[in-house]
Amino acid sequence: MYVAVKGGERAIENAHALLADVRRGDRSLPELTLDQIEQQLALAVDRVMSEGSLYDRELAALAIKQARGDLIEAIFLLRAYRTTLPRFGVSEPIETGAMRIRRRISAAFKDLPGGQVLGPTFDYTHRLLDHDLAEGGGVPPAPTAPAETVTFCSVADLLARSGGLIEEEVPLDQEVGDLTREPLSFPADRDLRLQNLARGDEGFLLALAYSTQRGYGRNHPFAGEIRYGEVEIESFAEEVGFAVPLGSISVTECQSINQFTGSTTHAPRFTRGYGLAFGQSERKAMSMALVDRALRAREFGEETGAPAQDEEFVLSHSDNVQATGFVEHLKLPHYVDFQSELGLLRKLRAEFFARKDSIEDEQGMQDAAE
Amino acid sequence: MTAPVYNFAYLDEQTKRMIRRAILKAIAIPGYQVPFASREMPMPYGWGTGGVQVTASIIGPDDILKVIDQGSDDTTNAVSIRKFFSRTAGVRTTTATREATVIQTRHRIPETPLTEDQVLVYQVPIPEPLRFLEPRETETRRMHALSEYGLMHVKLYEDIARHGHIATTYAYPVKVAQRYVMDPSPIPKFDNPKLTDCPALQLFGAGREKRIYAIPPYTPVVSLDFDDHPFEPYRHDAQCELCGAADSYLDEVITDDNGSRMFVCSDTDYCETRRATGKGAQQSAPATEHRS
Repeated sequence: MYVAVKGGERAIENAHALLADVRRGDRSLPELTLDQIEQQLALAVDRVMSEGSLYDRELAALAIKQARGDLIEAIFLLRAYRTTLPRFGVSEPIETGAMRIRRRISAAFKDLPGGQVLGPTFDYTHRLLDHDLAEGGGVPPAPTAPAETVTFCSVADLLARSGGLIEEEVPLDQEVGDLTREPLSFPADRDLRLQNLARGDEGFLLALAYSTQRGYGRNHPFAGEIRYGEVEIESFAEEVGFAVPLGSISVTECQSINQFTGSTTHAPRFTRGYGLAFGQSERKAMSMALVDRALRAREFGEETGAPAQDEEFVLSHSDNVQATGFVEHLKLPHYVDFQSELGLLRKLRAEFFARKDSIEDEQGMQDAAE
Repeated sequence: MTAPVYNFAYLDEQTKRMIRRAILKAIAIPGYQVPFASREMPMPYGWGTGGVQVTASIIGPDDILKVIDQGSDDTTNAVSIRKFFSRTAGVRTTTATREATVIQTRHRIPETPLTEDQVLVYQVPIPEPLRFLEPRETETRRMHALSEYGLMHVKLYEDIARHGHIATTYAYPVKVAQRYVMDPSPIPKFDNPKLTDCPALQLFGAGREKRIYAIPPYTPVVSLDFDDHPFEPYRHDAQCELCGAADSYLDEVITDDNGSRMFVCSDTDYCETRRATGKGAQQSAPATEHRS
């Protein structure tokens, strides 16, 4: 019978079987391996690790494969795995000044100690489809030079050292927050804001950052420095009394230099925005830096009101796993609520037509009387 | 099927303890939304992650679980959540309201009256009843703290001024224990009278919004209204065509392209139980009403 919507369980199982089938696609083609994804779709892996907030290239590659290339779905898979992991502790702050640089550019200075290191980038390519790639084939190794052994301090630090041209970085004197362990409350401190932005959707942050450039909360940014490379992770071990290295991860850091502030008590100086993402994720790191700075508007006593400056608005809507879940939950049945609305609407319409009829009747009677 | 790599009922014990603390606080302050560190779950936000976390924190090996969505045990999401718990906790599941010790629900309260031995866990999309009047959490928390609920009454009044009726038909706001205004989750207002003085513990979990709230057993819950516009639960003026019930909430089902429709119980267990005990309308042609 039509009404008995039975068989949900079997339908779900069949849908999953079909999903597995289309995921594999044409069986005559070789199946993707995780190594291939990790190596050849490396930037997708980086994004999934960043927004999934779990640094594991292999699992991220698996998530991308399982999600059929849907990166938000892959991020979701990684998050759902991450949440089951025990949390041992908090690492020491990474020292990006000691990064083994693969790429480092500054848009604020033409040249600087360590120089401009372009690294692997799309930036200066012509976006012409390369039909040679479609064919596949050998790629000659890239030219190399002896590795620089020096590390470069950041541009913002250079400015800070040159007589305080930029605000000092104030180290956090309390334990760093974690919004995956404590619910976010407002107003949120900067550590939690940055964590939220680091996990936030690249597209959402990009649009917000863009909006600040178009006048919705303008803050005059310069790309003070963008760097990408490997940094050591260390953890303080109580038993031995010093920090022990755990390994290295690759990150992209963006430090923006923004409009200056000053007052009768403070000399004018530049302000900062900060962005950090796993792997090579420059668009994300830059967007994050711009939005971080926009969210500091109140701290500097700037006029607020633009979307990117609105902490509750930005932090409550940046998470794409939350957003996609809630938007897509509209696919779930809503029969019960819809019935209630339908019932009320019918009642209101019946009342409307009854009213109209009675007015027309009255008019009819008046017409007849005249 | 069991998945040994995960803890009983998926969540680790630390997390369960954190959630239980939030639940206890929620019970202590009826209707108050307690923030909790909601975890990412293996199902999407908005699909019951809050309810699932509450259920996972309170369920024990001896519990019997029932999961409904829109009143039905067999809708896709109810099936999925029930399977999740039978897989990760290995608990017994049931579709019979009377048999269950924990009932997780989305959008309905079962028709069969609940008992002291039962817990009803609601999945909540937006826990804040004032959210659509004031989007800011900082503001709404202040409004709750000061019992500043005038805005809500203005909204209901404006409905009456505009439509002649209060135009909220589900997620109809209630006041719990004379203090907090609370969103009962998107249950139809037909179900609101079941909230008050209920022998069962009622827990509400909102995963994405990271809030838990509760109505302890036998707590007074009042649907907001006015003296001259008293609250009235809405029900289609019809009987269930399968079991003949005249007291249950009805789903309207379109039966052909001409817009023929029939009404049937939304609570499938209620309907089936009635039919099994010999109640019910003759199962004649389903299409009884035609669109005019």
